Amino acid sequence: MSSIEERVKKIVAEQLGVKEEDVKPEASFVEDLGADSLDTVELVMALEEEFETEIPDEEAEKITTVQLAIDYIKENLG
Amino acid sequence: MGMVSPLGNTVDETWAGVLAGTSGAGPIESFDVSAFSTRFAATVKNFDPTPYMAAKEARKMDVFLQYGMVAGIQAMQDSGLEVNEEDAPRMGACIGSGMGGIGAIEDNAFLIAEKGPRRVSPFFVPGAIINMVAGNLSIKYGLKGPNLSTTTACTTGTHAIGLGLRTIQYGDADVMVCGGAEMVTTPVGLGGFCAARALSTRNDDPKSASRPWDSDRDGFVLGEGAGVLVLEEYERAKSRGARIYAELTGFGMSGDAHHMTSPPEDGAGAALSMRNALHDAALSADQLQYINAHGTSTPLGDKAEVAAVRAVFGDVAEQLAVSSTKSMTGHLLGAAGAIEAIFSVLALRDQVAPPTINLDNVDEACRGINLVPWEAQKMDIDAALSNSFGFGGTNGSLVFRRA
Repeated sequence: MSSIEERVKKIVAEQLGVKEEDVKPEASFVEDLGADSLDTVELVMALEEEFETEIPDEEAEKITTVQLAIDYIKENLG
Repeated sequence: MGMVSPLGNTVDETWAGVLAGTSGAGPIESFDVSAFSTRFAATVKNFDPTPYMAAKEARKMDVFLQYGMVAGIQAMQDSGLEVNEEDAPRMGACIGSGMGGIGAIEDNAFLIAEKGPRRVSPFFVPGAIINMVAGNLSIKYGLKGPNLSTTTACTTGTHAIGLGLRTIQYGDADVMVCGGAEMVTTPVGLGGFCAARALSTRNDDPKSASRPWDSDRDGFVLGEGAGVLVLEEYERAKSRGARIYAELTGFGMSGDAHHMTSPPEDGAGAALSMRNALHDAALSADQLQYINAHGTSTPLGDKAEVAAVRAVFGDVAEQLAVSSTKSMTGHLLGAAGAIEAIFSVLALRDQVAPPTINLDNVDEACRGINLVPWEAQKMDIDAALSNSFGFGGTNGSLVFRRA
């Protein structure tokens, strides 16, 4: 199975309609990848679906970059 | 002008199909229809929104919005309009839908039932509500004038164009992008119209099911798609050298005040709508040559419309050509008035009355009028009228004149 990094990057690329190679760890969803507030809500939902978890809203708000998403998943699913 | 229809995904492709007398009906294949009393429709084929918008954007829109956006973008491109900062506040949109994103509503209802409310997409609401063709088009092109939507069942498209006309006439805008979009070929949409006993059940022969005025007609054929026209104040269009297809000179409305789904037998509401449109266009009955009828292929509606035409046009009714393009496209509900306005405009441009196909034996009550059976007719057309009548008894008529 692919790593958490790869799975997160794939979902970000799909959800935001960007190329996987542009999904760098430091990339901000809003500033670098063109997401708006609704896109980020949907992105978190897609992550929840993929990793079969529930991310509380107050945690979801803090996930603003690719790395933060990877970190959250690792910490909470580890 | 722009269009997505069961006969093609552009105006040109659709119009060629209409003049050739092609039916857009066929079996429904997008979901299991085995339990439905009607198992066919006139659906859009080979539709791909991605030449017009990113796949990511399309995913956020119910299919009716995608149809509307594609028709709207085609219309804007065709108009040659440039939206600049100075003119933007004088440019608006009025594009409606009869039922809106019913497919998205169904999907999300199932999603909630299966997985709970947390799985509902944040794009569900903006991806399903009726005014989002007008909204999304204004965002794409920067149209900062009036941004509206009509929803008057099967008269939606006609009313949207009429209200766009009024908006320009009143001085609230110089350009209005108008039309309608519809996509209810879904379990709930089909189920609802089946239950209302509104649809033809000619499952063994879908292409001959839509047969307006024929004595064997048994209901309408569900269609889907979108039509959008750019209306522009005449002097402004002339001065920028725009290609003017036709002049929209009259708009009439009325209410039947009779029954939820049936018209009165004498078509009194339809007649009043046509009279109001002719009056608005300052046209006498003998100055009009072509009517694109509502003509849905329902037993009552077709008869009532012919009665209304007789009442309004009297002796000159016999000189008119009256045809129903729904015999080919099926009934696009909230988009019907929009695509049929475009057909009326093209009838003026090409001096041809499109045909009513499947008209083999004219209903006795509808005889004595040229219903343009099977074959398009070349003729001199100076003025054309397009009718729409909807559930709730809501009527609208538009009059176009040759440019």
